[in-house]
Amino acid sequence: MSGPDLTKTPATAPAVPAPTGEGGGALLLRGVGMDFHAGRRRPAGAPAIPTLVGVDLAVAPGEFVCIVGASGSGKSTLLRLVAGLIRPTEGQVTLDGRPVEGPGPERGLVCQSGALFPWRTAAANIAFGLELLPMPRAERRRRVAWYLNEVGLEAYGDRLPGQLSGGQRQRVAIARALACEPRVVLLDEPFGALDVQTKEDMQLFLRQVWADTGTTVLMVTHDVEEAVFLGQRVVVLASDPGRVVADLPVRLPAGRDLGTRRDPAFLELRAEVEDLVRLHHRAHTSRLAATAG
Amino acid sequence: MSGTDLPLTAPAPAVADDRPASAASAASPVSPVSPAGSADPTQPAGPAGRAGVGGGPGGRAWGPPPRRRPARPSRLPKLGEDVSPPTRWVLRVLSVVVPLVVWVTLSASGAVDDTFLPSPAAVFSAGVDMARSGELFSDTWSSVRRVGLGFLIAVAISVPLGFAMGSMGWAQALLEPVIGLLRYMPASAFIPLLIIWLGLGESSKIALLVIGVVFFNTLMTADVVRRIPPDLLEVSGTLGARQHEIARKVILPYALPGMIDAARVNAAAAWNFVVVAELVAATSGLGYRITRAQRFLQTDKIFAVLVVIGLIGLTIDVLLRLARDRVGRWAR
Repeated sequence: MSGPDLTKTPATAPAVPAPTGEGGGALLLRGVGMDFHAGRRRPAGAPAIPTLVGVDLAVAPGEFVCIVGASGSGKSTLLRLVAGLIRPTEGQVTLDGRPVEGPGPERGLVCQSGALFPWRTAAANIAFGLELLPMPRAERRRRVAWYLNEVGLEAYGDRLPGQLSGGQRQRVAIARALACEPRVVLLDEPFGALDVQTKEDMQLFLRQVWADTGTTVLMVTHDVEEAVFLGQRVVVLASDPGRVVADLPVRLPAGRDLGTRRDPAFLELRAEVEDLVRLHHRAHTSRLAATAG
Repeated sequence: MSGTDLPLTAPAPAVADDRPASAASAASPVSPVSPAGSADPTQPAGPAGRAGVGGGPGGRAWGPPPRRRPARPSRLPKLGEDVSPPTRWVLRVLSVVVPLVVWVTLSASGAVDDTFLPSPAAVFSAGVDMARSGELFSDTWSSVRRVGLGFLIAVAISVPLGFAMGSMGWAQALLEPVIGLLRYMPASAFIPLLIIWLGLGESSKIALLVIGVVFFNTLMTADVVRRIPPDLLEVSGTLGARQHEIARKVILPYALPGMIDAARVNAAAAWNFVVVAELVAATSGLGYRITRAQRFLQTDKIFAVLVVIGLIGLTIDVLLRLARDRVGRWAR
């Protein structure tokens, strides 16, 4: 297990009350560990340390939590565990008290590429999850129209993903996940491939969607500024093995705007998180250099 | 000069840009030791080796890399360059017209005997004769029916097999070795076996077609299916799709254009095999007509049949291409 978590704060109470909290589910990770080579012969060159070890994390209904960490800290693995795409080798993930056993529409996923179905229009992409449910066509269309409108793409419903910009594609991906009305939305570097200006727009947009839908959000990013700007809590992961080293509340007003980025409290927290991430990143690279030499 | 108060927790390395401009310009490529020294003495030495012993900028022991003379301007088309639409059409027309002209001049000049290379006019009239007598249509129909039936059977076998191989690891492991081996056995070498097994009737010809097409089409379908991005499969699961729904609503539409492309390539092979089958043992079909004409040295008839085979093949190709463009609009 990891060393004493000096910086860790009790993880249950959100710093800022969620806007509605009703649409969101409670996510709980207890002692979650992931070792991709557990029980098997370790292939040559594979790291001898598990990817994740002893992760305890509680996300309250309607809370917005950001996970940051340098590459190799297992943050994507953590998200995939919550999504149910992989099973933890230790511990348990529960949503509203029920164990996560596999992927499901109550845990929507948005990844960096968007992973839109390229043969489906924006509207048909959003409709995908609803088509699998016993739902009248008219009702489905009504919901798709609402979500298209919510993400500001009402004029683009007939476009194929190839005809949309990067930011628009991510909006469709978010709407597609939301259309299933998930208890928690999982975002894996959703804006990592966007240019800076689009990214800024998308961050404000995501805060708005979160406020509108009241869903729980768990977002993974390597962009510390983004994490502090968006989250109510920022969880810092370190590598070798991947573990939680800090869980910091973001004490900023709920209505975040561009001015938030100049708020001294914002700048202070950003610097603190950046220092933490950098510290663990450097420790990781020097360990790598030591094993390589 | 900025960069004096870098907000880093670690000591900032003395970067090469911090040198005064004079030192940078004095580092001439010929002299191994730059007169001004390779690092500003007022700057603290950075990480070990940075302010080194060598002569070049940054303390390296070599000068700038040798330069090549610039490439001569070329009038040849650049690699990867497209042509303008008018040029493209001219080239397309030439692609058909030039061989035709060569044919006409060769046969008109009398350099080649008419028996070996009949003139286009003779071929045309032979074709008209065959069409009048009705044998051209009955032969074409026999061959088309065989190709259609054999190709459909081959597709019906190979698409599910390829789909399974491309989407499931166990099917891949189970089928790839045997199909990889069978694929290299020439289908025409099966003709004697097929005649022993199935006789001289229709079934042996259709079986030859199936053998000739099914293995290639299976492997090509598997390749297309395997190319689906894993994140599409993952995201489908998180949207609530079950395994069979992922196969039907995600993998199939993704792979369909590529599967039609594979079928298009293999349809050409099917036409090869039907003619081969009819050359050996048949009483009808375009291949049979070619062997008949050979017996009486009617090269004009052979040419006419070849042209018909080519045109039918081209039609099939164009139809499948249209189908592909229709379902694969998103892929362009």
